[in-house]
Amino acid sequence: MSDEANKGLLSPLRRKLLMGMAAVPAITMLPRASFAQAPATSAVNTTGLAVTDTEVTVGILHSATGTMAISETGSIEAEKLAIEQINAMGGVLGRKIKFIQEDGASDWPTFAEKAKKLLVNDKVAAIMGCWTSASRKAVLPVMEQYNGMLYYPTFYEGLEQSKNVIYTGQEATQQILAGLNWIAKEKGAKSFFFIGSDYIWPRTSNKIARKHVENVLKGKVVGEEYYPLGNTQFNSVINKIKLTKPDVIFTDVVGGSNVAFYKQLKAAGIDLAKQPLLTISVTEDEIDGIGGENIAGAYACMKYFQSLDNPNNKTFVPAFKKLWGEKTVIGDVTQAAYLGPWLWKLTVEKAGSFDVDKIAAASPGVEFKGAPEGYVRIHENHHLWSKTRVGRAKLDGQFELIYETADLVEPDPFPKGYQ
Amino acid sequence: MFGDYSIGDLGSIFVMQGFAGLILFSVYVLMALGLAIIFGQMGVINMAHGEFMILGAYVTWMTSNLFQTYLPSLFSGYFFLAMILAFVASGALGMLVEWVLIRHLYKRPLDTLLATWGLSLMLQQAYRSVFGAREVGVELPQWMLGSLHVTDSIEVPINGVFVMCLTVLITIGVAYVMYKSRWGRQVRAVVQNRIMAGAVGINTEKVDRYTFGLGCGIAGVAGSAFTMIGSTGPTSGQLYIVDTFLVVVFGGAASLIGTIASAFSISQTQSTLEFFMSGSMAKVLTLLAVVGILMLRPQGLFALKVRK
Repeated sequence: MSDEANKGLLSPLRRKLLMGMAAVPAITMLPRASFAQAPATSAVNTTGLAVTDTEVTVGILHSATGTMAISETGSIEAEKLAIEQINAMGGVLGRKIKFIQEDGASDWPTFAEKAKKLLVNDKVAAIMGCWTSASRKAVLPVMEQYNGMLYYPTFYEGLEQSKNVIYTGQEATQQILAGLNWIAKEKGAKSFFFIGSDYIWPRTSNKIARKHVENVLKGKVVGEEYYPLGNTQFNSVINKIKLTKPDVIFTDVVGGSNVAFYKQLKAAGIDLAKQPLLTISVTEDEIDGIGGENIAGAYACMKYFQSLDNPNNKTFVPAFKKLWGEKTVIGDVTQAAYLGPWLWKLTVEKAGSFDVDKIAAASPGVEFKGAPEGYVRIHENHHLWSKTRVGRAKLDGQFELIYETADLVEPDPFPKGYQ
Repeated sequence: MFGDYSIGDLGSIFVMQGFAGLILFSVYVLMALGLAIIFGQMGVINMAHGEFMILGAYVTWMTSNLFQTYLPSLFSGYFFLAMILAFVASGALGMLVEWVLIRHLYKRPLDTLLATWGLSLMLQQAYRSVFGAREVGVELPQWMLGSLHVTDSIEVPINGVFVMCLTVLITIGVAYVMYKSRWGRQVRAVVQNRIMAGAVGINTEKVDRYTFGLGCGIAGVAGSAFTMIGSTGPTSGQLYIVDTFLVVVFGGAASLIGTIASAFSISQTQSTLEFFMSGSMAKVLTLLAVVGILMLRPQGLFALKVRK
């Protein structure tokens, strides 16, 4: 999309947003620097990024078309909202954020190509983007070669760390361990049945979960099954579940398969109110397609639910709906995507510079108190400290918060004893 | 793996596994029928088959929304109307596509592959623009949810039974139309010898258009039925296309019986293997078996004998 097109899109958005933005929680904690005289461009930008005296350009790189558009649409919306809010508060170091949106088209080489275009031609100061691990892996070498900064929103399998990436979602241990502990304690669960889609994230997550169940919880994994992406028939595995009668079904099925799985589970007479099921792949976004009546009663392990009751979230949800429509729902990843522009802004202000090296160095310790999920802080390893939460799905497609960890959980992308 | 279970447990699991296989069989037949007509009778490789199915699913979704808003008292019966509308919508789109695109390509069968693939991309993006990129949830009437409680341990999914009945009805309908009706005779005549069929006064263009429309319409009904068991999103059609082609090609392109036999053997193999090993391995073994048999019998299970 060209810059002109963006401006055309932005102006009605901005108007709408200003109407709806009576209160932004973060306004109270805005560093004083941004109200002061903006520092000279030559001082804050020594590496030739697209920064002028009044503007700074960032890139948004998600799939707006193709299979992944289902999932990535929410992230795009969240990032645009964050950018608008930041601009409404005076921007970053006195400069308005302008964004260039590129479409990864659900195709990993396209992601790499567009990332290169954003860094080399557009000289963007940061990129908010990617969703699947495959797209991130494709973009990573480009980010490292041209020294860019990527804010990556999705919960993922871990086993990665880069100077050029800030991971605003959870890595696997953050997402899984606390949830398993909770369900083992609360439901007295001893036997687990794992079912996932057949690719890297479910397999890595289940590996971690299995080690935890066997070594820490002293339980038993009575089945571990993988189905190809896009599989739509789960009757056989459901029969196996019925035969093994596990205390807990633990699932990381993704995409269209998710919908088929829960519909068939319900049709097979498995009542999720009586049979505990813990999922790490269903957010409010997915329930839209699954239908609340098919999944009500299931537990999901996430760090954010739209229903969270805290002051930040109470302003975030209405602002999001004002901009993107009353019917949109906000899932875990959408919230994590919203953190990207904010963390970048806070880091730039801490570093006093747009330079990527300085931002990478300044990132550890940056805290965002206005996060809808509560409070987050960037760890030395460029992942976030955040809480793990368990919610129970309700008929209306929302989650009811059942449990949250007392403290922030430390991100551990290379967990010892779990590999 | 059977050591720990009682005979009763095992018995009921075998019964339910049998049902799982039958349901998979009906699903395969239902999704392959439309393609079998188009590919078998016309030789057109319709890569957009999945998108015609999803059009049916979206029509079902819209009908369900309409009933919820305006006729909530009749909601429990909306599904039947939705299936008819799905047939009409997909069939009409199919006839339009045939008129605009396919009829120019009958002499170049390989090009239809490319053209319909392009069409599938266009349709996907159209769905995305009209209905949004996110999946939609189709709400079903209460009586279609849940399962029939046969004994304490045997439960039969209602939606599965529904799909089975629907498949039987549609198969009988298609068989009647193709082999008993006057129009079916015309279709078969055109397949066997287009020039002669034209010479005896059959309007071959019209036959082509209606055949394509019928195939697409059945795809629409299948899509409508699959809202019960699968997802409805712009790219959901892609989930079905590979299995569909597998069933049609394995069965032998021009044969209705072949399609049914092939759906039966693939689904039974698949669901039995799935029970004894993981889903991905079951798929691999099923595909290997199909490839092996196709190497020995390239024309598929049942081939129509025609003079070349």
